[in-house]
Amino acid sequence: MNSGPAVGSGLGDGVETARNFITRGLHDNAAMPPTLLEARGLTKRYGDNTVVQDLSFSIAPGECLGVIGPNGAGKTTTIRLLLGLTAPDDGEIVCFDTLRMPADARAVKARLGVVSQFDTLDPDFTCAENLEVYGRYFGIGRAEMRQRIPRLLEFAALTQKADAKPGQLSGGMKRRLSLARALVNDPDLLLLDEPTTGLDPQARHLMWERLQMLLQQGKSILLTTHFMDEAERLCSRLLVLDHGRKITEGTPRDLIREHLEPDVVEVFGAGAADLAKDPALTALASRTEVSGETVFFYTQDAKALTEALHRHPQQRTLHRPANLEDLFLKLTGRQIREGA
Amino acid sequence: MSQINSNWAPPHLTMRWWPVFLRNFLVWKKLAIPSLIGNIAEPLIWLVAFGYGMGALVGKVTVATSDGAVTVPYILFLASGSICMSAMQAASFEALYSAFSRMSVQRTWDGIMNAPVGLDDIVFAEMLWAGFKSFFTITAILLVMLALQISHSPKLLLAWPVLACTGVVFASIALVFNALAKGYDFFTYYFTLFMTPMMFLSGVFFPLEQLPHAVQAVSAWLPLTNAVALVRPLFMDRWPDDAFRHALVLVAYAVAAFWIALAFTRKRFKA
Repeated sequence: MNSGPAVGSGLGDGVETARNFITRGLHDNAAMPPTLLEARGLTKRYGDNTVVQDLSFSIAPGECLGVIGPNGAGKTTTIRLLLGLTAPDDGEIVCFDTLRMPADARAVKARLGVVSQFDTLDPDFTCAENLEVYGRYFGIGRAEMRQRIPRLLEFAALTQKADAKPGQLSGGMKRRLSLARALVNDPDLLLLDEPTTGLDPQARHLMWERLQMLLQQGKSILLTTHFMDEAERLCSRLLVLDHGRKITEGTPRDLIREHLEPDVVEVFGAGAADLAKDPALTALASRTEVSGETVFFYTQDAKALTEALHRHPQQRTLHRPANLEDLFLKLTGRQIREGA
Repeated sequence: MSQINSNWAPPHLTMRWWPVFLRNFLVWKKLAIPSLIGNIAEPLIWLVAFGYGMGALVGKVTVATSDGAVTVPYILFLASGSICMSAMQAASFEALYSAFSRMSVQRTWDGIMNAPVGLDDIVFAEMLWAGFKSFFTITAILLVMLALQISHSPKLLLAWPVLACTGVVFASIALVFNALAKGYDFFTYYFTLFMTPMMFLSGVFFPLEQLPHAVQAVSAWLPLTNAVALVRPLFMDRWPDDAFRHALVLVAYAVAAFWIALAFTRKRFKA
């Protein structure tokens, strides 16, 4: 499942650097980089609790921006701010060049598509009716919706379920119907709050495929997720949040390279934790972490380390390239968050 | 959307309340017949059992009017009061249990607010919807009363819009409690502590003159009392006394309650 970074840490490096150079160059040359949405210095407090603090970011046309962070990091509040459902205590949001949130919420929402964390489908309507009724909230008439509905259902792979009610659908189908519903107004920007949480791998892959299709069509996406493989696969850029603040920002590859050693060797089994105190091994790793009975050696030289580990044949080892999950855990810690 | 700044800002309404109203209508249309039977069966059972049963014992009831005391058959007295009570109950049920389901349980409102529809439009649509459902119920009851020949006053045509307003008043009041509810259990308090006493203090079942003076003074300001004071004379083929004052009390309740409901709902959705 981590084939992506394996390629990247090998011969792909040079290509990556060249690509970064080109995109950065383009950005520097443009007088005003085009942005679809720009948030500046957002702060949101509930009583004494600051849930979002001085958060700035932007979304460029055609980009998929991933927002990752542990529970309570401020991801959902950020989306609520972007939707104008709550007003920031400080900072501003400018969308589509001239529109401001929350003042122009209606005009902005006419061009947004939203999939919230929890399904809000109408249980009393069929799939087709759900789309038709939702289109009406955007002022889209019946005749126009009659044209769009078959295409939307087809996109969601729900053509056969047009007359089924949400209660008869699987979790994945419901999420796809929510996605189709978010597309009724042909939005420029999609805000997706954990769109694949609770789905099985097949349903998740189908959702990814659909999101990639949308990106190819030129739509922009802001996506929050707890799945690092999802973030890595879909997102061109990531925003890592914790305690309401931005910790770091960048492309998945850049972030991994910037914050982590290229390789990880995991050692697990009874007594594995003791190896973390073995100076012969720790000397070969830049960083060593213990979680339960597993030791994580982050290293620049995996070969020497795996050879040294041959002296401990009773332990099971796994050598893999460093990935986003490692980055996430390094930046936000391994402890379980309250309410998680 | 200036209401973001203050929960008590005036309603910010656009025509986007209509698709929300229509959404509720389309759901209801699927279940209209069984729901209608449920809505009118109970008030009619009350009417028949009480009206004819008690009516045989009570005979005629004296109603005080500006022209002095007028006697009417108990069934007419009860029918004119209980139809106001039905308007109240139908609107309250819809704006409490059903609206709460849409607001909190199904998260329908959250979904709608992701589209370019504001919370004010949603609350307004819910209020009108509960009023409409109440209107539909009382229309059916009114037709049955006509068939039973309880009253054939031509002024019943005017009772119709008054009853529709009564539905709107109680829909607005119920939405205040909807905004405060943590769960369905909360509504039991509303029914037992507010609606049931009001039924007995508003002249639905017996003339207000039976009540102690102090209670009468309170009763005069209850919304249901004012609705009954308008509707009963119309059933008796008379013009209501102090019609303007009673109508004003109802309008004041509707406006004040809707505003409070809106402020509380805005507060709820900001949290």
